[in-house]
Amino acid sequence: MIQRDLALTALRSHVTPRDLVVAVYQSCFDWLALCPRDLNYVSTGAMGQASSHALGLALGSPDRQVIILDGDGSLLMNLGSLVTIGNVQPGKFLHLVFENGVYEVNGAHPIPGAGNVDFAGMAKAAGYKDATCFYDLAAFERALPELLASEGPVMAVLKTIPGKAYPRNYDYIHSEAARHRFRHALNDSRVNDA
Amino acid sequence: MTTASSAQLSPPRGEDIISQLKQAGVGIIVSVPDIVTSDGLLWPISTDPDFRLIRVCKEDEGVSICAALSYSNTRAVLLMQQTGLMDSLNAIRAIAMDYHQPVCMMVGLQGKAATETVAESASYGVRIIPPILDAMALKHIGIDSRDDATKISPAIDNAYRSGDALCFLVGQPPVFDRGRT
Repeated sequence: MIQRDLALTALRSHVTPRDLVVAVYQSCFDWLALCPRDLNYVSTGAMGQASSHALGLALGSPDRQVIILDGDGSLLMNLGSLVTIGNVQPGKFLHLVFENGVYEVNGAHPIPGAGNVDFAGMAKAAGYKDATCFYDLAAFERALPELLASEGPVMAVLKTIPGKAYPRNYDYIHSEAARHRFRHALNDSRVNDA
Repeated sequence: MTTASSAQLSPPRGEDIISQLKQAGVGIIVSVPDIVTSDGLLWPISTDPDFRLIRVCKEDEGVSICAALSYSNTRAVLLMQQTGLMDSLNAIRAIAMDYHQPVCMMVGLQGKAATETVAESASYGVRIIPPILDAMALKHIGIDSRDDATKISPAIDNAYRSGDALCFLVGQPPVFDRGRT
């Protein structure tokens, strides 16, 4: 099993300044503590919608790498998005699913089918170009460069246990300030890149 | 508001609605098929090279896709039936309204007779739509007749300028003169 904050720490060194990172729930709170940056997209609003927001970002900015930090409970609420994404085939699209088997921020109740659901299998069946399950941190670290270089959509499922408890700042992720910061950075970067 | 009687009104033309969408700079249509707008809008859009059609499995995906596209100033419209609107209310509440984002929706009112108003519709599922949108403070505009199509482009422009979400309610199946392409 992989400690989530260690996985995110490993990811941090591979994220470039132009990449768009869409994060939800505890993965989001951990990521904001570990890697605060303007192009973190944190206002996903309704549970399960991260993958759809990420697809919208990919459609609007196809030249940028999109990385999703999704949860297993969240993804279960929007399984159809796997088919939508598989159909659209966004090329720079890495979908990380942190599978801890519980609704962590809602009382840690088990998700339906905890431990028996094959998210990677579902992604491949839905049209993702590749999907892999990781059980240990070292294997994930070794695979990261290829995961990010691969033609998307690609999924990596991380069998996860909680790490250090980072603060849950709901006010920030739902704030206009968070959205303004992302919007400004997205469009400002385009100008800078031109 | 959708209050006018449709009894004497000619149905909206698909060509006019499509022209208005293009005039507003809409390049992406996100949709789950709707029987009201299927022949007159969605089929023509599906073959129109000026649009990219994103077929989604469930309408709330479209709410998120349209909102995310707005960050890059990419204009999109979510085309669906009122059943999908109802299924997506929490996403609309959070992403469009709480977050104040310009999610533009076009909703076919399945079950509404051409000779009745929305408010007087025999269909409970139709009648309740405007009051629900009013309760959410979500602006809605009826597209019940040929003349109503002219409201589309200015309303979309305003939505993206103000950040306000918007919902067109299509009360009659649009006709498409060239038929299915």
